[in-house]
Amino acid sequence: MAEPEPEQAKEEGKAEERPPEEPKRKLPAWSLPSDAIDRITMPFRWPDRVTREWALGGSTGKGISVCVLDSGVEAGHPLVGDVQGAWALVAGEDGEPTVVDDEEGDVAGHGTACAGIIRAVAPECDLYSVRVLGAGYTGSGKILLAGLRWAVERGFDVINMSLSTTKRDFASVLHELADAAYFRKTVLVASAHNMPVESYPWKFSSVISVGSHDLPDGTLFFYNPDPPVEFFARGVSIEIAWLGGSTIRATGNSFATPHMSAICALVRAKHPELTPFQLKSVLYLIASNGGGSDA
Amino acid sequence: MPDDNLRAAVAAGVVGAEEAHRALLQSIVEVARAIFGAKASSVFLLDTDTDELVFEAVSGEGEDHLIGMRIPSGTGIAGWVVVTRQPLVVDDLHNDPRFARSVAERTGYVPNGLMAVPLLAEDRALGVLQVLDRASAGFSLEEMELLGLFANQAAIALELLQRARRAARAVADAGGDVVAAARLATTLEALPEERRDAASRLLVALADVLRADTQT
Repeated sequence: MAEPEPEQAKEEGKAEERPPEEPKRKLPAWSLPSDAIDRITMPFRWPDRVTREWALGGSTGKGISVCVLDSGVEAGHPLVGDVQGAWALVAGEDGEPTVVDDEEGDVAGHGTACAGIIRAVAPECDLYSVRVLGAGYTGSGKILLAGLRWAVERGFDVINMSLSTTKRDFASVLHELADAAYFRKTVLVASAHNMPVESYPWKFSSVISVGSHDLPDGTLFFYNPDPPVEFFARGVSIEIAWLGGSTIRATGNSFATPHMSAICALVRAKHPELTPFQLKSVLYLIASNGGGSDA
Repeated sequence: MPDDNLRAAVAAGVVGAEEAHRALLQSIVEVARAIFGAKASSVFLLDTDTDELVFEAVSGEGEDHLIGMRIPSGTGIAGWVVVTRQPLVVDDLHNDPRFARSVAERTGYVPNGLMAVPLLAEDRALGVLQVLDRASAGFSLEEMELLGLFANQAAIALELLQRARRAARAVADAGGDVVAAARLATTLEALPEERRDAASRLLVALADVLRADTQT
């Protein structure tokens, strides 16, 4: 079956705003009586063969908001272009993190590098920056949590996290935030790593975790049948945006992750109705090692 | 002072532990440099009191003057690595004149490329291991894995060094009897085996006498 038209998706959105006399729409979906199965009718059907073309062919990521949770983004960098919004988490007067408009751009270069990669793969997505790195090591965990919470509450379509924390104290809160994002249809994409210590949030199953492959194709990715790392995207010798409008070559899962974030943006732009579960399923089906049909 | 600190202080011998662990770190950066055919390799220790990264061991370029030098923990590539916990490899750094200038001002040596990996122990970030200007032009994922293995070793050495320093501080803070006990333990450790056995017997006997004294 053909992909849904945007209008169809809008119709679905309207259905949720029907007046209260429509009680069947108001019931929480804890159970499903047999006479109510029509309530969960899918707004569309997937084609018999889920292909890359169906999933993301022709997509530019238009209309999808991608948040770079990092060190800030240098707006106007030739590889980045416009940034639609930028905020920073700073320690407030009481020491607790607060959100302020980010006037500084990128304080380290890492976020600009990630943003440039996202822009290269999904050129028409909306880029947002939430700065949680750069103020030093101390207190960075708290700032990171507050930044992620804010980004999840704000409801970005995709959040790129080319970072992780090893602080066990933060693991349960991070886990809650990752699950909250998952159920709010925000896709969290996080860098995996192979260090001998536990780190988060990439290991949570509600996020999309990313390691590196060394092929020179930014839209090529693989599904890993041996998790916890779920996907491999381009991560070796990439020309990345660097501070002051320049570029350098770099390698690391930090740079594989924004490739995967951008691929998520491409699919979501074409299929905005997909839940994170469905999105992951589509990614599995179109992965280059052949989860689906046309690999 | 907690007993385990005291025991650690005495067991580590306090005196000499710093040198031994430094030698271990030095050997790690030397081997890292040799394996990657690099111009330099270094280990940074994260000082959480001042939020700075401190050069603890350097092999190659800068080894004569960088030890002890400090940089803010949130900046530079070592800073990225420690805050993101992600290993990174960067090339073509000469393309960025600002980076070159700021690094040169600090260290006197501007690398064209570097690999950096966080040193982690349990849930703490201890520091960063860096390898500068390796011989191979391209970069393979295997090199990244190898660097990760080295990072484990360096993290263990760095943790031992930190523990020895904590123990030394604990002894210094405690003063008096504890310093005397630590000095005794160190002296004992340095004795030839024959005399050490005799001295140990003497000390055990002394402990028995003291214990008997307190029980009466």
